[in-house]
Amino acid sequence: MNAIQSDLYAALPEIIILCMAMFVLLLDLFLKSHNRSLIYIFTQLGLAAAAVVTACTHNVSVVSYAFNGMFVDDPLSDVLKLMMYLTTSVMLVYTRQYVSLRDMFRGEYFALTLFALLGMMIMVSGQHFLTLYMGLELLSLCLYALVAMDRDNPRATEAAMKYFVLGALSSGMLLYGMSMLYGVTGTLDVAEVANALLQGAPDRSVLVLGVVFLIAGLGFKLGAVPFQMWVPDVYHGAPTAVTLFIGSVTKLAAFAFMIRLLIQGLYVLAIDWQGMLAIMAVLSILIGNITAIAQTNLKRMLAYSTISHVGYLLYGFMSAGTNGYVSAMFYIMAYVLMTLGGFGIMLLLSRKGFEADNLEDLKGLNQRSPWYAFLMLIIMFSMAGVPPTLGFYAKFAVLQAALQAGFVGLVIFAVVMAAIGGFYYLRVVKLMYFDEPLDNTPIKAPIDMKVLLSLNALLLLALGMFPQRLMDICAYAITHSFQ
Amino acid sequence: MTDMQTIYLLIPLLPLVAATIVGLFGRMLPRAAAHWLTIAGVAGAFALSVVVFNDVLQGRVFNGTVYTWLTSGDTSFEVGFLIDRLTAVMMLVVTFVSLMVHVYTIGYMAEDPGYSRFFSYISLFTFSMLMLVMSNNFMQLFFGWEAVGLVSYLLIGFWYTRPTAIYANLKAFLVNRVGDFGFLLGIAMVLYFFGSLDYAAVFSIAPQFADATVSIIPNTEWSLLTVICILLFIGAMGKSAQVPLHVWLPDSMEGPTPISALIHAATMVTAGIFMVARMSPLFEMSTTALSTVMVIGAITALFMGFLGIIQNDIKRVVAYSTLSQLGYMTVALGASAYSVAIFHLMTHAFFKALLFLAAGSVIMGMHHDQDIRNMGGLRKYMKITWITSLIGSLALIGTPLLSGFYSKDSIIEAVKLSHIPGSGFAYFAVLAGVFVTAFYSFRMYFLVFHGKERWMEKTAHAHDHHDAHADDDHDEHHHGLGPHDKPHESPWVVTLPLIALAIPSLVIGYIAIGPMLFGNFFDGVIFVDTEAHPVMHELAHHFHGAGAMALHALTSLPFIFALAGVVLSWFFYMKRPDIPAAIQKRCGWLYRLMENKYGFDTFNEKVFAGGSRFLGGKLWGIGDVKWIDGYLVNGTARLIGRISGIIRHLQSGLIYHYAFAMIIGVFLLLSLFMKV
Repeated sequence: MNAIQSDLYAALPEIIILCMAMFVLLLDLFLKSHNRSLIYIFTQLGLAAAAVVTACTHNVSVVSYAFNGMFVDDPLSDVLKLMMYLTTSVMLVYTRQYVSLRDMFRGEYFALTLFALLGMMIMVSGQHFLTLYMGLELLSLCLYALVAMDRDNPRATEAAMKYFVLGALSSGMLLYGMSMLYGVTGTLDVAEVANALLQGAPDRSVLVLGVVFLIAGLGFKLGAVPFQMWVPDVYHGAPTAVTLFIGSVTKLAAFAFMIRLLIQGLYVLAIDWQGMLAIMAVLSILIGNITAIAQTNLKRMLAYSTISHVGYLLYGFMSAGTNGYVSAMFYIMAYVLMTLGGFGIMLLLSRKGFEADNLEDLKGLNQRSPWYAFLMLIIMFSMAGVPPTLGFYAKFAVLQAALQAGFVGLVIFAVVMAAIGGFYYLRVVKLMYFDEPLDNTPIKAPIDMKVLLSLNALLLLALGMFPQRLMDICAYAITHSFQ
Repeated sequence: MTDMQTIYLLIPLLPLVAATIVGLFGRMLPRAAAHWLTIAGVAGAFALSVVVFNDVLQGRVFNGTVYTWLTSGDTSFEVGFLIDRLTAVMMLVVTFVSLMVHVYTIGYMAEDPGYSRFFSYISLFTFSMLMLVMSNNFMQLFFGWEAVGLVSYLLIGFWYTRPTAIYANLKAFLVNRVGDFGFLLGIAMVLYFFGSLDYAAVFSIAPQFADATVSIIPNTEWSLLTVICILLFIGAMGKSAQVPLHVWLPDSMEGPTPISALIHAATMVTAGIFMVARMSPLFEMSTTALSTVMVIGAITALFMGFLGIIQNDIKRVVAYSTLSQLGYMTVALGASAYSVAIFHLMTHAFFKALLFLAAGSVIMGMHHDQDIRNMGGLRKYMKITWITSLIGSLALIGTPLLSGFYSKDSIIEAVKLSHIPGSGFAYFAVLAGVFVTAFYSFRMYFLVFHGKERWMEKTAHAHDHHDAHADDDHDEHHHGLGPHDKPHESPWVVTLPLIALAIPSLVIGYIAIGPMLFGNFFDGVIFVDTEAHPVMHELAHHFHGAGAMALHALTSLPFIFALAGVVLSWFFYMKRPDIPAAIQKRCGWLYRLMENKYGFDTFNEKVFAGGSRFLGGKLWGIGDVKWIDGYLVNGTARLIGRISGIIRHLQSGLIYHYAFAMIIGVFLLLSLFMKV
């Protein structure tokens, strides 16, 4: 009895989110359409409650297992979950006007978001291949549905279809990889897999086969080359609100997924996956940065920008050392904040029947609103990695870690590509400041969104100047969770 | 963080915050908000500086880091403060003069469209200057150094529609680059050899290198410290306008008068003097460097003074006077009398700011005519400006009991006692300089405030220099007085700073000389090798109180020289104005030489500017346009654009292509990593 109690206690945040998701779904049935904002409020309350519980039940530097070791509650999971609540909550604020103008302000949107969040939380806390996979599938199914939310839009349904088919393919690869590992080690528990690998060297070639398939599955989730093909189409086809969700929060889960699988489970095979990650990292940076230049659509451009960011993230992983993981975590945090801001500006500029997702729509933003142009300037500088913004420090940290691990040539390559990538970010700045606006419709947005968006962008600047605190948090989460 | 540390941080931050707000939102704010915000910022900084000054008088010194920017290997780049008495004196001077100039600007710039921009700049300047003087490391020193240079550049070209202003600020910028090149090399050598950029660490390590040598040109041995000191001094020469890097300062008068007072007389140009005084532990180890410093200073002091005699633009007279006085300070540094140099820096800041602001007041009274040949008899119309100008001029020429007397006489005495190579020439130069100073100062004073009211004569002189307001269509309204106009006294915001600056110009020397030069005020701050350079020690023997010094001076050579200068200028310009004209005719070659400023500008223009333009043209045509732009830059861009276009087509939109790519990827990884 006690064991069950403590198991449930460890999973309390997940339970709250689950209950809230079901409650929202039920509530929606009984609400008239003008009362729908209640759903929004309850969703935010659920996030807040989960955050409070996560923070209060956090035991400093303690790792506790639940459900027979299938589920873990450690500093890493707590930090990542808190970041997820925050990002989801901010995302809901940013997208509220957008979805209500597009007749998507319904129970499904919020319920699916919460279920997706639940899936991600399970991925973050999963300590067993099955838990991890279950979390991933829960997330993916919700995302397929979210992409197709605007179901009369052919582009959105096409994107959802592609996402679903390719997602199924990648899930298949992931499962195949897991089954290989199971075949060799005889267990699905992450810690026991690690132990078994440590004990001796079973059939190496089967292991590598498994790792390749695992990496392929992971690469798909992250959007790393050559598993990135879905990213531009889905980013472009999905409603901007959903793109924001896919682009930001889910990357946190993918990051945790990688930590759990590769570092906690397969650290012994680092010598193999390091090389695979290096190839993916280099290709991602190359393809991402160069293809972004040719884009005329802002969402597609940001999609390729995401691919290149994933490349930099992998630089942190491939150095296979604590420093590298810390800098990768720092990078993913920075990336999430930048993506929130970038899509936030896009949502801000959109209106009913107007998506503001073309680069041209940013023309002359400075004349329309100097403040938002300035915010976007910070965000673009941060994405490009211009000091003193957060993006600079994040790139600096991962590249430093890679340099320490001895990847000199790859680091030089990454720096050169960052300079090339600077072009398309700066083009946005040029459009905002030096071109004439195409339309002068006043920018209307709720006050909470304006304030949050301003804080979001300014935070990029502030954290760029004082990165130490965030770095400390990442270091704490990584060093106290395993090894 | 202790209370004092908070105060240290607040002092530079208050002006910075004010500058940022006014700079970013100036156009949305009313004009009054622009000046009230910045004045509040600077006044706060001044008040806190007084607190800090009282604190250091108790003997407290702070040396610590407040923010680490980044650490690279063993070297860390930090923002840190070193608050000792030298810093505190500089902080007081900077914030006080800045405050006065802020108030003055309300009147002077009242009609200018760039009102809030101007206030933002001068507050930004105050911040930069404070960062410079409060620094405890070379990195931050260099930051402040460049930041004040930047603001100076912006302010010289404040009226950016005027070609002369743009020419002047470009010139200032380029000449300062030359100085900064030396300065940066000096800092780099400090880092390379001493392994640190922190003052305290450098000063403690430096003695170990006293006999070290470097060979810059193969087979020659140079003393390391001499090389470092001279490189650092080249930086000071640029910033403090010493020959031959002085050429930018007279042209900087194209900027509005308040900044001429603040930046190009009282504070920024003295940064070089401050820096050398701060580096006294390094300079003391190299007599060769000190000699260089002294000779350069002496040349500047005397020959720039001469040029003041033939100028007709009221601001340029004061500008050449500033050059000459900076030369005096440099001479004092060379004589190891660092405290005297700082003392003169302080007194000069007050009376020179006063003279500039008074000149500005005259310019306003004359409706933006700056030619002193068109003035005369202004004392009847501008009483306060007249009296304060007189005080400033008397202080400048070294009238006993006034502030300039104590500092300048101490310099002359110190040079007399110095025995390093070049001190003989320097003594002659500073002594002769006294006469020259008195002559040009009172030439200007008499021409402006006494004699006939010459603007009545509907003058034939062309207004070649005028301080017109920003937009040029205002010029017609502000082009000197008509024959029936009367000059008028300036508003109180202008005269108040004049009075506030006149008071320290009168008394500060009398009060401060005892403690500052001969007390233990600078103990532990300025280091003097008393064995090798016993100047200050001997100077103290001759000092028996400020009153006695003034009394004794009445029979001394400098006083007689100064008196002679005043009398001669009175005779020439009041009594027999035909004599200077006749001299000008007889000694045409000399006059032309001086009018061409000894040919420095022509030389620079022909050799450096012409040469670099030629070289640049060639490099541009062949290297840049063809190779770099043609092949590297545009070639790379074209190549990437082409690749980008190709890769773009891979994104076909067809799902089986995508799936195929994934499977190819898996195969690729498998084939690379599977070792069967």
